Amino acid sequence: MIDDFILRAALAGLGVALAAAPLGCFVVWRRMAYFGDATSHAAILGVALALATDLPVFAGVLAVALAMALIISTLTDRQVSSDALLGVLAHAALALGLVAVSFIDGVQVDLESYLFGEILAVTTRDVVVIWTGAGLVLALLVWRWQALLTSTLSADLATASGISARREQLILTLALALTVAVAIKVVGALLIAAMLVIPAATARPFARTPEAMAAYALAAGSLAALGGLFGAFTFDTPAGPSIVTMAAALFAISAALSPLLRRAER
Amino acid sequence: MSPLIETRNLRLAYGGRTVLRDVNIKIDRGEIVTIVGPNGSGKSSLLRALIGAVRPLEGSVRRAPGLRIGYVPQSLAIDATLPLTVSRFLNLPVRVSADVAHAALVDAGVGDLGQRQLGALSGGQFQRVLLARALLQQPDILILDEATQGLDQPGSAKFYQQIDAVRRTRGCAVLMVSHDLHVVMAASDRVLCLNGHVCCEGTPQVVADAPEYRALFGTGTEGALALYRHHHDHSHSHDHDHDHDHDAHDHKEPAA
Repeated sequence: MIDDFILRAALAGLGVALAAAPLGCFVVWRRMAYFGDATSHAAILGVALALATDLPVFAGVLAVALAMALIISTLTDRQVSSDALLGVLAHAALALGLVAVSFIDGVQVDLESYLFGEILAVTTRDVVVIWTGAGLVLALLVWRWQALLTSTLSADLATASGISARREQLILTLALALTVAVAIKVVGALLIAAMLVIPAATARPFARTPEAMAAYALAAGSLAALGGLFGAFTFDTPAGPSIVTMAAALFAISAALSPLLRRAER
Repeated sequence: MSPLIETRNLRLAYGGRTVLRDVNIKIDRGEIVTIVGPNGSGKSSLLRALIGAVRPLEGSVRRAPGLRIGYVPQSLAIDATLPLTVSRFLNLPVRVSADVAHAALVDAGVGDLGQRQLGALSGGQFQRVLLARALLQQPDILILDEATQGLDQPGSAKFYQQIDAVRRTRGCAVLMVSHDLHVVMAASDRVLCLNGHVCCEGTPQVVADAPEYRALFGTGTEGALALYRHHHDHSHSHDHDHDHDHDAHDHKEPAA
């Protein structure tokens, strides 16, 4: 039943794009790329936790990603430049996760699928989990959209209007953890951050409003998912990295067009 | 009538250092209050505490229930990755109709900028757009932090005229921090002079005569002060340019 598993893979990829593209815009606007890295790398630790306790992988990843995101969110709350701190956390989380997984018997063979994803092996249940999680992320973002944008622009501006910048940050943190948990099966812990940042960056030159940028990012993310899958079949390459490669190719095209677009704007 | 904002024994710290102490102020409906003080005297910290962005170390800030604040920050860094047209910005955080947004821009003298990117505006245009946005939220009080920074003399004069017009037509209170001592003080009902605490307060005339104010803005202020009085005494009889006094005005700010 080759058709079925292609369909499931395509649906899984689109589900991830649905959550990652609009959330990725906030990651880019708020310069949270490293934040995304650290949170997604922590997912491997979540995998270890899930395997050790017989929890579903989704639950383990969600729990650890959320904990990691909250820790980072608290540590960087004071808006001190925390580039180095985030770098430390991102790599420490990954290393710790890999070490933790090595303590669990019989997982070595599976490790690669958690690092790079295993989109061709997703089950119908996985697809349902992915779309539910992605739907939640999208609903959160739509619900808080105006407040999130205002607090992204300026925390003071938001506060003066009665919006708690801290609460909006927590909502993004929650959305990020959910996205990581949803995406680990598809692109793997190492490349989740790529699906956040690359489609958003691809969309930027074409957009004149935040909403347009999110929509174009969604288009770029979806195209990357489907094109990457197609490439993986055609050239027999690993699916997760193929999707990210496709996303990067779209970004390169967008970056090449960007000077022309800027000239047209004037 | 209860005040819009009131502080009790407010003490603010920044990086572990107390920048402001014993602040007891209140702002009533419809009044224009100006805060003056040297750099580092706690002006911006006070404004940020009043809007709720800084938690006081001691004391309290009481805002009237449901108080709507129109905040105009000193500046706003728009990240280059965030596409934002002027009209989209006017819809944050509360959406308004396109007609209302356009009218607000026309009011602010920047009616044709709606489709421009926010990051591509000049300093003066940007400040006017910030003001237009703040007014769209139908504020009870406008809070302006050095809102005329980066504006030239005619630009800031027009800016203050607009604020005065806003106060008259909408009756909202205005609280502002400014360096343009002479212009600002002439337009104020009340002036608060800060230097780590409220060192004097009252009508512009009272503050200008206060020894505490003179000690802070000392010799360098002579020109500005003279100009201020000039304005105050004659502002209704003529409106010629005061360019000859600008150099003195530039000297008024003591090294912090």
